[in-house]
This record gives sequence, C-alpha cells and structure tokens, in this order.
Amino acid sequence: MKDAIIKTQQLVFRYTTEEGVAPTVLDGIDLTIEPGSFVAILGHNGSGKSTLAKHFNAILLPSGGKVWVSGLDTADEARLLDIRRQVGMVFQNPDNQIVASVVEEDVAFGPENLGVPPQEIRRRVDAALTTVGMEGYATRAPHLLSGGQKQRVAIAGVIAMEPACIVLDEATAMLDPVGRREVLSTVKKLNREKGITVVLITHHMDEAAQAGRLVVMHDGRIVRDGPPARVFQDVEGLRALGLEVPETVGLMYELRQAGLDVPLDALDVDGCAAELFSLLTQGEKSEA
Amino acid sequence: MALKDITLGQFFPGSSPIHRLDPRAKLIALIVYIVALFLAVGWQTYLIAFLVLAAVVAVSTVKPRALLKGMKPVLFLLVFTAILNMFYTPGRELFHFWIFTMTYEGVARAFFMVIRILMLITATFLLTYTTSPLALTDGLEHLLSPLKKIRFPVHELAMIMSIALRFIPTLIEETDKIMSAQRARGADFDTGNLVQKAKALIPLLVPLFISAFRRADELATAMECRCYHGGEGRTRMKQLRYRPADALFILAALAVCVAVGVLAHFGW
Repeated sequence: MKDAIIKTQQLVFRYTTEEGVAPTVLDGIDLTIEPGSFVAILGHNGSGKSTLAKHFNAILLPSGGKVWVSGLDTADEARLLDIRRQVGMVFQNPDNQIVASVVEEDVAFGPENLGVPPQEIRRRVDAALTTVGMEGYATRAPHLLSGGQKQRVAIAGVIAMEPACIVLDEATAMLDPVGRREVLSTVKKLNREKGITVVLITHHMDEAAQAGRLVVMHDGRIVRDGPPARVFQDVEGLRALGLEVPETVGLMYELRQAGLDVPLDALDVDGCAAELFSLLTQGEKSEA
Repeated sequence: MALKDITLGQFFPGSSPIHRLDPRAKLIALIVYIVALFLAVGWQTYLIAFLVLAAVVAVSTVKPRALLKGMKPVLFLLVFTAILNMFYTPGRELFHFWIFTMTYEGVARAFFMVIRILMLITATFLLTYTTSPLALTDGLEHLLSPLKKIRFPVHELAMIMSIALRFIPTLIEETDKIMSAQRARGADFDTGNLVQKAKALIPLLVPLFISAFRRADELATAMECRCYHGGEGRTRMKQLRYRPADALFILAALAVCVAVGVLAHFGW
C-alpha cells in the first residue's frame, strides 16, 4: 500500500437525493496507480470516470470502501491539505479554474495557499511556467490566451504545488486539435522528465492510446485494464460497450475481417503505415 | 450596446513615480487629500488643493483627456448639485423667478461645490488609473487587516473583489456570445421603448445567471483542489513593501491637509 500513489478498495459512491433514491455511480472500484505511471481512464458520459477522479483528491468521499493517496486515507479530514498537495487536478473548462487576473499570480495561488515563503513561490512559479512553455506570458491577462494556453497555465498552477500526481479530468474536451496537442505533449513531458504520475480522464481514443496503461469504465465499474495495445485488440468487446477503437486499430480490424493477416496493435499512424507497408511488400515478394 | 467600452476601475499601465508607489500609500494619501478638500473654504485653499492635484497628474503621465472622459457619468450629479446650491442658499438676491430665488452666495457656493466634486473624482480616478486592480485589492486587504480582530472578513472581501475583477472580461465575452445567439434567432435588443428594451434583456440575463452559478461552482472546486482554505496561513508571492518614497508621499499629503486646515481656520 505504501508504494501506490493512489489506491482504491471496493470504492462505492452514491449521490444522496432528496427522494432517498440513490443511484450508484461507482460500484466497487479496485484500482492501484503506481508512482510515475501514465494511466488513461476511458469511458463515455455517465460511466463514472469523472466521479472516480474526484475521489483521488478528496473532493468527493466514498460512500463505501476506501481511497488512499500516498498511504493517506482520504476520509481523514486532518490530512486534507497533504492529500490535495499530492494530487493536483486540471478540469475541463479553462476559464473556470483560473483564479487571478494575471498569469503568474494564478500560478502562485496554490503555493500561496500552502504557506510557502515568497521567494520560494517566485522560484516555483518561474520554474512551472518554463516547464509548460508559458514563461513569456507571465504578466499577461489569462482571458486573452487561447484555450490550450489557458490549460497549460492551469497545469503550471498545479505543478507549482509540486504534486506527485496530476489528474486531468477531460482537460482537453473543450480545446481545438492544436490546443489538445499542446496539453498532451506538456503532460507527457511532465511524466517523462519529472516522473510525475499522470491520470488522464478522457473519451478520446487517440489520447487514451498514448498512455502506458488503459482503464476502461462502464456503468461505474472497471471493465478493462491493461496496456492500450492489448485493450484495443478486443474490438468487438469495446464496441459492445459503446466505445470506438482508434482509427488505426479499426482499419486493421477491417483488414483482418477481410482475411488479411495483420496484427491489431498498431496504435499510431506511423505504426499502422509500417504494418501496411510490410504487408504490401510481402504481397509483392510472394507474387514474384 | 458596445459592451467592450465599459470602463470599470480602468487601469493604465505605466512606470511613473505615481505608478510605482505602494497601493497602501496611495490609498492613505487619497483619504487625507479628500479630508483636505472638505476643509477648504476660500479660493486660496482651493487653489492649493488644485495645484497639488495638477502636480500629481503631471507626474503620473495620465492624460488629462482620460480623466475628463471619466467625468461624463457624473455630469448629471454636478449639474444637479450646482442648481440646488444656487437656488437654496440664502443671501443677496441675484434674480427672482416665480418661487425660485438665485443668490450671489448660492452661485459662489455652487461653483466651489462643483470644483470640489471634480477634484475629488479626479483624485480617485488617478488612484484607479495608476494602480492595478490586484495591487489595489492587496492594499485594501492590508489596510483593513486590523478589522480582522473584530471578525470582519477582510481576506474574504479582498478575495471576492479579485475574483470579481478576474471574471468581468469572461462574463462580458459570454454576454456578447449570448446576445449574438439570441439575435440569430430574431431577438431585438436595440429598438422599442424602455420597457420593451428591459423585457428584451430577460432572455439574456437568465442564461447569463445560470452560467455564472455553474462557473462559481466549478471555480470553488478548482480552488479547493489547489488547497484554498481561507486566509489563514496563506502567504503571498508579491509582498507589499513601503519605500521611503511612499512615506514621503503620505507626509506630503498630510502637510497639504494641515496647511489647508490652518488656512481655512483663519478664514482664507
């Protein structure tokens, strides 16, 4: 238990409504997230993935079962700040999570709340802005930035707290393709270079495919868990859950259905192209 | 409706000595100056107050035209004050019309009253024009911090102010968007009498309010995630620090106030 950054055990969550009817949103989740890993949680709307994310830093508390963050029980109110400084969150709407009217003041917000000394805050803010590539915008007004830039500021605000883990709750859902690429490459860099654990909540298959581990949720349960290449091989199973596979895997699947011998684990365009190339050249060889 | 033209606590960035002063020093000096304005009686004392203000405006590099532009909304108040003073001050009669009597004393008083209000507004604008909203909020929080002892929510108030300032541009943008959406569906915001115009605003205000509440909820969650737990134990990246220039500025304001007070006492 000490080793896991986030661990849930038989996590159950129900919303309490006034009529007393309590729909179960999370239904017995057992999940362990290792430090330094890059985990994507995939599922369509209503699968409970965002609700699960809110349990990772005690914004929501379990109705049943337990959640530990770095060995701290999230139900322990006395350690609330220790839990939240460990796991930072980035949300969907960039406008609704920026607090200050100057970029650097916003990045400073987290460390200020933690009571970090002023010089140290300055150092962290500059370092965080450099990490996300926004150092040239330190004194700008956030509302004049693009969506992708705003999300990068939000990420800087989280890493200025020096967390062990960042949870991105559909952080790219409102962005254009350029913004999505910006955010995703920033997050991958953090994971690779700083060893920060990344949990990416998404319904974009292409984003999920880039993670090291893919967890698929459906109706408040975990239905698949493994490396993306393996999870996506089960094309029929995923389609039965109402999920599409990445286009490259879809193409390979169709080719297989047509009787061609191609593997299903090509997750990016380059890999897919290489497979197709070898398939075509093989065909030429056998003909000749 | 040109929403982008709203000048609310407008700030003109600059690097003049007035811009660089500590916001607290500027706030204190403003209060002292306003006291001086109310102590002034004769033209000599008003002249002193005017010269001091003119000097500060000159140093601040704020364009007088920008200050004049800010006077527009208070024009009505000025005219109203002037008329009331002209007719309701007892004294030697200047002319008489029906039940109204204009007096020499009234005209003099109206003149000084208008000058006083103009200088008061100019001085206040000078503060908001040369101080960023964030610095102003910080300054207020510091100056009011003794009130924390009587449980006055100083930090919360400052936080509310800075969040409000942060969301003004966002909400203006959103209003523009909703207006365009409603216009596309045939809404008319520009014609009709006052009642019709007010009614036309309802389909604008309802979605705006709903979205503002949703924003507030999401922002609160985001702030919680970033360990916000009130003002207790909170540090600031940018510390406010008094420099000698700030002390000098406050002392100068006090000197002006005392001088005006003394002169006014001797009937100048």
